[in-house]
Amino acid sequence: MELNSKVPGGPIEQKWDKHRFEMKLVNPANKRKYTVIVVGSGLAGGSTAATLSELGYNVKCFCFQDSPRRAHSIAAQGGINAAKNYRNDGDSVYRLFYDTVKGGDFRSREANVYRLAQISVEIIDQCVAQGVPFAREYGGLLANRSFGGAQVSRTFYARGQTGQQLLLGAYQALEKEVARGGVTMYPRTEMLDLVVIDGRARGIVVRDMITGRIESHAADAVVLGTGGYGNVFYLSTNAKGSNATAIWRAHKRGAAFANPCYTQIHPTCIPVSGEYQSKLTLMSESLRNDGRVWVPKREGDNRPPFEIPEAERDYYLERRYPSFGNLAPRDIASRSAKMVCDEGRGVGPGGRGVYLDFADAIHRVGAETIRERYGNLFEMYQRITDENPYEVPMRIYPAVHYTMGGLWVDYNLMSTIPGLHVIGEANFSDHGANRLGASALMQGLADGYFVLPSTVSDYLASVAPASADTSHAEFRRLEAEVAERTRTLLAIGGKRTVDSFHRELGHILWEKCGMARTAAGLEQALAQIPELREEFWRNVNVPGSDAELNQALEKAGRVADFLELGELICRDALDREESCGGHFREEYQTADGEAKRDDEHFAYVAAWEYTGDLRHPRLHKEPLDFEYVHLAQRSYK
Amino acid sequence: MNLTLHVWRQPGPGAPGRMVRYQAADISPEMSFLEMLDVVNERLMETGEAPIAFDHDCREGICGSCSLMINGVAHGPELGTASCQLHMRSFRDGQEIHVEPWRARAFPVVKDLVVNRSALDRIIAVGGYASAPTGSAPDGNATLIPKDAVETAMDAAQCIGCGACVAACPNGSASLFTAAKITHLGLLPQGQPERGRRARRMVEQMDIEGFGQCSLYGECQEACPKEISIDTITRMNRDYLRALTAPDRAAAAESD
Repeated sequence: MELNSKVPGGPIEQKWDKHRFEMKLVNPANKRKYTVIVVGSGLAGGSTAATLSELGYNVKCFCFQDSPRRAHSIAAQGGINAAKNYRNDGDSVYRLFYDTVKGGDFRSREANVYRLAQISVEIIDQCVAQGVPFAREYGGLLANRSFGGAQVSRTFYARGQTGQQLLLGAYQALEKEVARGGVTMYPRTEMLDLVVIDGRARGIVVRDMITGRIESHAADAVVLGTGGYGNVFYLSTNAKGSNATAIWRAHKRGAAFANPCYTQIHPTCIPVSGEYQSKLTLMSESLRNDGRVWVPKREGDNRPPFEIPEAERDYYLERRYPSFGNLAPRDIASRSAKMVCDEGRGVGPGGRGVYLDFADAIHRVGAETIRERYGNLFEMYQRITDENPYEVPMRIYPAVHYTMGGLWVDYNLMSTIPGLHVIGEANFSDHGANRLGASALMQGLADGYFVLPSTVSDYLASVAPASADTSHAEFRRLEAEVAERTRTLLAIGGKRTVDSFHRELGHILWEKCGMARTAAGLEQALAQIPELREEFWRNVNVPGSDAELNQALEKAGRVADFLELGELICRDALDREESCGGHFREEYQTADGEAKRDDEHFAYVAAWEYTGDLRHPRLHKEPLDFEYVHLAQRSYK
Repeated sequence: MNLTLHVWRQPGPGAPGRMVRYQAADISPEMSFLEMLDVVNERLMETGEAPIAFDHDCREGICGSCSLMINGVAHGPELGTASCQLHMRSFRDGQEIHVEPWRARAFPVVKDLVVNRSALDRIIAVGGYASAPTGSAPDGNATLIPKDAVETAMDAAQCIGCGACVAACPNGSASLFTAAKITHLGLLPQGQPERGRRARRMVEQMDIEGFGQCSLYGECQEACPKEISIDTITRMNRDYLRALTAPDRAAAAESD
């Protein structure tokens, strides 16, 4: 396996333009001879399926939900970044590029990030034209707010439902193309394998989730926009159905998996309330524009918040990071919360929480303004906790939210399997070891609307259109394999439910490979996970049959994949003997507890190749060069 | 708390269904309604019984997957709350709870509490968009939009497409769903060129899908987890009538 990033030459400002000119085109009359499969219908998948169809390609789009509009992008709250500099506060494409590389703790590819920042401005224009109701000022111009890791105000938003509005824009464009006949939509259909013929991705094997039928679809190129793998931790802010199956099966067919250990733990989530907890709910980072994070100064101080006088409170983010304060990047804010809770200063049940307090903001601008800015988030908080955040400070704690790792892709978003492209959270590309807030929506749409449609055309121009028939024997072989796996799961008839395995896996990963990691802990996890996996295949109980809607069976297949991926995550975390961004190894920290990178030995992308033996994946390294943003220890002080 | 559930069980699309009684013991009031169902399902599986199928995904009230008729009320007793955001503290110890799927001609049952809501996608597909092929957009600030227009558009645009409005309507009408999209786009400058065509095509698609007519009962806005107002229906009716009597150019140019 060879990793060729295919980054074009020339100055960074000109790479994308130059590349766009150099890429081959498919003439309009020939486009309809090509079929592209898009798996996933979120911001990345939905926008790319619509755009490819507008260009004239035949598109088949698959999602496991009952409608493409339900993809988990819908739940993104706070906003989307763009270097518009509408505020005249010193923003520029270069600054967004710089902030993103620095925020990612120098573990991303410069050329990709620069392109992302360039395209960011077009995304806003595109979405406005679709009728996305972004917040506006009284004069009718677009409004902005601030997000973590930046000192400019460049985040566009639609109340606390930005992801929803952006996704509905893409979904509506997608449905329009469905009606026109350019896209065939396959809802409630789950991809269970990738078909590679003569070294190229040529199709997928899917299961119809209503009838259980296993079938194949062929295409000239396959695009995965299937999201992240945060649910490997069981408890995360991801939707219950979010899973790694598509990317994991592609990995096992030859796609390298990059930086699996880079997971983002979001600092502001509602704390866990009990064993039955099925998921965690995010409270948007935008709240840190106005909320102040604090804990009592004294260990074990369990007085109610309003009885703790100002002098006995520790606004620890403002204290430790005076220039960014409560808007320190996510990895830093999360780790700081863990630190104060580990010191015994956490609040709420079990001491696993910190306050996010709006009293000062309400005093400054009034409750009405706060309601206008965050009303729906406050309501959601109250609905879940039964506490009124206008009166009592919110209690928050970090939770798994996003995965920066994913399938390795080159500058063209193509994986190590020719013809297999990966977009959005499913790839590893732009966020390095830590993603800045409001950048996920930006990346999903940059990939989907603008990058992939260009680069996939370049790929298609190099291959003759193949008929979309699935008569090749490889389709039969993989259909049989998928069916066999399903039958095996149903036949085990063990004692434990799928969820009980998933919870246990999540617990191992959270404890050993969460906000702080050590070599000893990771070694333990690497012993425990294979044991758990072995027990799963011996003792799981999956009721029902394969010829019906069977939610336990769907979950079982996904958890089986998580049990393999979890091991790779720990192996990657053990192998990376440094701390960077969301990957914090306790052995590697500065005197004041900040992440300590080792650029000499670890300034590379770790791309893992599946070898057939889960215990011995092969590591390939893509070295990272920093020509423009000079390597330095991140400072938000 | 201890509860008695009566849950609609139906093995498949054409099969007959019935209410089945389950005991839900030791339920914490802090659980969400879906977490309570998770617990019931875990116990069912431990005893070898088939778990209750229900749609859910984000569990944050935004994806619109969850769709439970709880004691005859779409999404249960709390106003402006989707089933997934409903918590057990809204019920009392010992209560009997009836759980059914959305019931409407246009939403056939798939299994147990899961229904097929693809008809809503098809209503969007015929006109619920502002055509803007990728790459064709002017600068985002090129067109000024008054703040109050955007805010009102956003009130309607919040629709999560769950279908509670249909389930709550005695006529099984999808008017609130359709009107929310027509209102969202109709209030923005970007939505003007296709406004008449959009209203006409979306309203006609509702009929094709087998949704009932609106008689302004107002049940839909009570059930809506996003509290979308039936004022939107007035807007839809106006746009539709205007499109019939004074079709805009796009509508006139169409041959159908």
